[in-house]
Amino acid sequence: MRPFSVNSLTDGKQLADIGTFESSRFLAGGTNLVDLMKHQIETPQHIIDLSRWDSANNIDETDDYYQIGAMVSNTDLANFAYQRKDLSVLSQALLSGATVQLRNRATTGGNLLQRTRCYYFYDTNQPCNKREPGSGCAALDGFNRIHAVLGTSEHCIASHPSDMAVAMTALDAQVKTINTKGDTRSIPVRELYQLPGDTPHIETVLAEDELIVAVKIPKKKRGTQTYRKVRDRSSYAFALVSVACDLTLKDGVIADISLAFGGVGTQPWHAASAEDFMRNKTASSSLYEQAVDLELNPARGAGGNDFKIPLIKRTAAFVIQQAVEHQMANPGHQGAIHAR
Amino acid sequence: MPASQYDQVTKIGDATDRIDGPLKVQGKARYAGEFEFDAPTLVGVYVGAARSGGTLTKVNTDKAESQPGVKAVLTYHNAPEQRPFAEPEDAMRFGQSRAVLQDTKIRYAGFPVALVVAETLEQARYAASLITHTVESDGPELLENADEAQVTPASLDGGFEPDATCGNIEQALNNTTRLDMTYHTPNQISAAMEPHTTIAYYDGDILHVHTSVQILASAVTCLANTLKLPEDKIRIKSLFVGGGFGSKLGLHNDAVLACLGAIHLKQPVKVALHRRQVFHSAPHRGFSIQKISLSADNAGHINGISHHSAMPMAQDYAFAEATGAVARITYKADAIESRHRVKVVDSPMIDSVRAPGDAIGSLAFESAIDELALHCKIDPVEFRLNNIAPAHPITGKPFSTHHLAECLKKGAEEFGWANRTKNDNGPVKTGYGVALAMRMNMIVPSAAKVTLDSDGQIAVFTDMTDIGTGTYTILSQVVSDFFNTPANAITINLGDSTSPASCGSGGSFGASSSATSVRNACEKLSRQLCEKMGLARGSHQVAVHDGKVIAGEGDTQQVCTLSDLFKDSGVSELEGHGEVEPGESHDEYEQYSCGAHFAEVTVDTITGEVRIKRQHGVFSAGQILNHKTATSQLQGGMVWGASYALLEDLQRDKHHGGFVNCDLAEYHFAVNRDIGDIKVTFIEEPDYKACKLGSKGIGELGITGAGAAIANAISDAVGIRVREFPITPDKVVNALTKQS
Amino acid sequence: MATITINGQEYPLPDDPRTTLLDFLHQHLKLFGAKKGCDHGQCGACTVVVDNERMNACLLLAFQLEGKSVTTIEGIASEEELHPLQKAFVKCDAFQCGFCTSGQICSGVSMMNELQENNPSTVWFEPNYSEQEDIKERMSGNLCRCGAYANIIDAVNIVRQDKEVS
Repeated sequence: MRPFSVNSLTDGKQLADIGTFESSRFLAGGTNLVDLMKHQIETPQHIIDLSRWDSANNIDETDDYYQIGAMVSNTDLANFAYQRKDLSVLSQALLSGATVQLRNRATTGGNLLQRTRCYYFYDTNQPCNKREPGSGCAALDGFNRIHAVLGTSEHCIASHPSDMAVAMTALDAQVKTINTKGDTRSIPVRELYQLPGDTPHIETVLAEDELIVAVKIPKKKRGTQTYRKVRDRSSYAFALVSVACDLTLKDGVIADISLAFGGVGTQPWHAASAEDFMRNKTASSSLYEQAVDLELNPARGAGGNDFKIPLIKRTAAFVIQQAVEHQMANPGHQGAIHAR
Repeated sequence: MPASQYDQVTKIGDATDRIDGPLKVQGKARYAGEFEFDAPTLVGVYVGAARSGGTLTKVNTDKAESQPGVKAVLTYHNAPEQRPFAEPEDAMRFGQSRAVLQDTKIRYAGFPVALVVAETLEQARYAASLITHTVESDGPELLENADEAQVTPASLDGGFEPDATCGNIEQALNNTTRLDMTYHTPNQISAAMEPHTTIAYYDGDILHVHTSVQILASAVTCLANTLKLPEDKIRIKSLFVGGGFGSKLGLHNDAVLACLGAIHLKQPVKVALHRRQVFHSAPHRGFSIQKISLSADNAGHINGISHHSAMPMAQDYAFAEATGAVARITYKADAIESRHRVKVVDSPMIDSVRAPGDAIGSLAFESAIDELALHCKIDPVEFRLNNIAPAHPITGKPFSTHHLAECLKKGAEEFGWANRTKNDNGPVKTGYGVALAMRMNMIVPSAAKVTLDSDGQIAVFTDMTDIGTGTYTILSQVVSDFFNTPANAITINLGDSTSPASCGSGGSFGASSSATSVRNACEKLSRQLCEKMGLARGSHQVAVHDGKVIAGEGDTQQVCTLSDLFKDSGVSELEGHGEVEPGESHDEYEQYSCGAHFAEVTVDTITGEVRIKRQHGVFSAGQILNHKTATSQLQGGMVWGASYALLEDLQRDKHHGGFVNCDLAEYHFAVNRDIGDIKVTFIEEPDYKACKLGSKGIGELGITGAGAAIANAISDAVGIRVREFPITPDKVVNALTKQS
Repeated sequence: MATITINGQEYPLPDDPRTTLLDFLHQHLKLFGAKKGCDHGQCGACTVVVDNERMNACLLLAFQLEGKSVTTIEGIASEEELHPLQKAFVKCDAFQCGFCTSGQICSGVSMMNELQENNPSTVWFEPNYSEQEDIKERMSGNLCRCGAYANIIDAVNIVRQDKEVS
């Protein structure tokens, strides 16, 4: 770990006082950044410590939205979301990720910005365009079982590892930010991430001096929600593929659907084409399959991850089917299919 | 290790709590990296080579050397001189030189190219990251398909011949029920929870070493050979070992590097492998390609068994597993052919991982046997019962004891095999599987000393280790049982190389061998006590408790107080030395422990996810020394079997030759939730041909066959056969797709 | 002076901000109960309790914990008597090599509080979930290579049953 100096931030508005942002990183829970700093993958010379930023620890609720402070832990957010039927998919996603130990420390803002688990990104002896722009991508012709099939480029096929971000994508959450000039803006999570293209080291649209303050989730009547994570181990493993789905059926017609995939994309994958294809159509298994096929049309395997294409298709079709059946049996249902 | 707090006599076999339990649950058991010498401990961090199979052409340490806190940077330019790697040839592999930083040869990806020693870990780790190096390589030599494995190894681990045959295999296989199957098993790493760690301190005369190792005597030889020091100038301690599973049989880079740093700086130096380094520096189990052909007659009797194994062998390290051992011993057949071939590759060390040979062989072979049973349309339990070999199928040599059929019958009954039901509703399907286990039993030379002082305190000294196996506890039981002495008067001292040399922990030989040596030492001590009491020749068993030595019973009982006994003897303590060697019965009989595994799983036909509902093992391993620790060890083995079958898969990169998924997030072994209900039953009958205590090895029995039972259950659930382990969701889905 | 409280005792924070809580415990305080199994939050052997929440000490930079209260295995029980879960671990043989044990016990103690507080788990979303499955899930952040999992669950169960009885 490279030596670094530390500034402590107790309020987002203090950002302007800190000044230069060259080679600095915001440190929230540290469950990913400290890991990467030990590996010399992240080498900041300056740390802006957020652990004393108390106001970012709150969850606020209005008639229109939930506002989750950037420093709210994954545990606190999961517990909160569990109590609300319209946030079930978020609770499911959070609780399927990592472990209690990690969720107690990991934050809402940090989780959105966590970096890939690509083996070659983690091995500093190997070329990686994300870690060292221009050095090449060892995963393309290497062992790439966990890699992405959607949104890839010839420069990078690293998958995004977050579960929470997939649910946030499905819920169409917005990210609120502030920068050193005091400017604030809102960015839809669906537009937060950038495809790797030829700049895989640039992962989001956030500027270097831009800090996530909160995540806003619109309040609305939602339908049957599922986060289905497929993984090698029954716990404590990243998704091979995952599906976040919120579906409302009216008279046999898919009135509303939000669909997002994890494990398959270089970013949390909003299955917009599939949604559009299904919306306002009569539910049937051939409909889901066609819709998912359409979404997966641009999907490309790199060998070891070819299996993800049929696996996400089966899983997504099943999740949608299950939600449709549940809606049929329970018109107007909102929340998880099974909940204690 | 303080004595147990238990104030009663503990008998051999009792399910007593571990005597080191209170220390372990309080975090007070001291592992290798947790000791202090008088001088402050420096921290060493090494840099591993970026790729394998090449030559180090450049190593630049300038930036590292100028970092604050850095005391030394060692490379092949300035490291203390060592004996060349793997010398002397005639030393056993754990005693040979493990030289590092000697020349420019890169043995494998991750092989040390520089060691930084600094005042703190933070300083050493950062300085190490500033070292740059270049390895020139034509690319690693790898084993890609079975045909490339053409070399017949000189011998196999466990002393097996590489090839064995009986009968006419061509004729026996020439049958309508013939099945030809190719199974693949993955690279596997022990991944003990404690990464290999060493603290070394050279005081100018003696090299003091705290390290995490399973066998101490050969470790002393290894350091003596590597560092060109006399053995009596090296003292190794390994009081607690945070798991071994074969990966700590010998010493690894942490030990040699810590010693080099300590010799160079004359200050204590600690080197703990980083978890990523464990994957390369410690040995792993090589992958295997097992071509199995089987045939049976209409009545379900096996005609032919052919087992051909192809595996990689690491360069400069002649270790090969007896993958086919279970195919040679479990079932009778008209003809058996077993063959092992290897290819020498650029690879980190390939060596023993829990149950070398049998874990890997049973995974494939017991799956293949299940395929044959299904093919013959015979219940897999019945099929196995019909074919169990009553004696060694190839040599005809008798078993010392053999309760394989009883294990199978009892297991079937307890598991409810006959009444297994499937009430599946939806896409998740239930399946049941069975598999057998045969594991060779060994006695390895071992020595111990037992002392008695005038206060009635008994102490055991042997350089044996407790790697989680329960050695502290069972040795205490052996002494307590023999002398009828309460456990709290007995101290067990392990893991110090100044004690008599033991077998160490490995190969499931530890408990029987070391316990027998302790028992023999007790007998010697007892004889001395008898002599001191003036008892007639031939009497040699006395009890020691309440400050008295008691010989005989009833009318002939003689009692002598310890104070009287010691008053006249002029010594402060008496001691007995005990040893054990493999006896003649090991030549006359086949000695195996055995077992039967049953498993219930579910398979999600949408996602391919397999979940274990329950595992049940019935085992025969002679006299059980402690039912509690033995049950735990067998359960642990079954967890390993499950993990091996479903999860573990250490992948190498074909370009740089190093491992890819070398951390605990991406190298998956079972977590708590992966394991269902787990039950162990014993069929207990002492086998006195195995050793004086009647016990046999158990450490590797639990894993043997456990994975195949799960694979067979998957097949039962959804009618597919995945012949490439581990059986992960992608492979299940692939097979399901092909099936439909 | 910036301090941290560990097992009830206050200590100055380390000078080097790169120091993790785990390395602080080992290098500075010589408290070796929390173990380093991976150093990257992937095994749970370093689990400690920070202000009533279990966390991986290897991923916590000590300077971030100013004013916080940390309990390690050395502080989980009183001087005089083992914690009920420690006793249950011995009785149920819930460990073999012992290297993951400190983390398992810290994790288990926290977990019982989480259950008391009705914190949800992923298992709650599954049909016909069992309490045993729930406990296994909650203990899955602590790897045990010896495979003592079943006995660890047994140990947790007997402590929970005793609590319910009393």
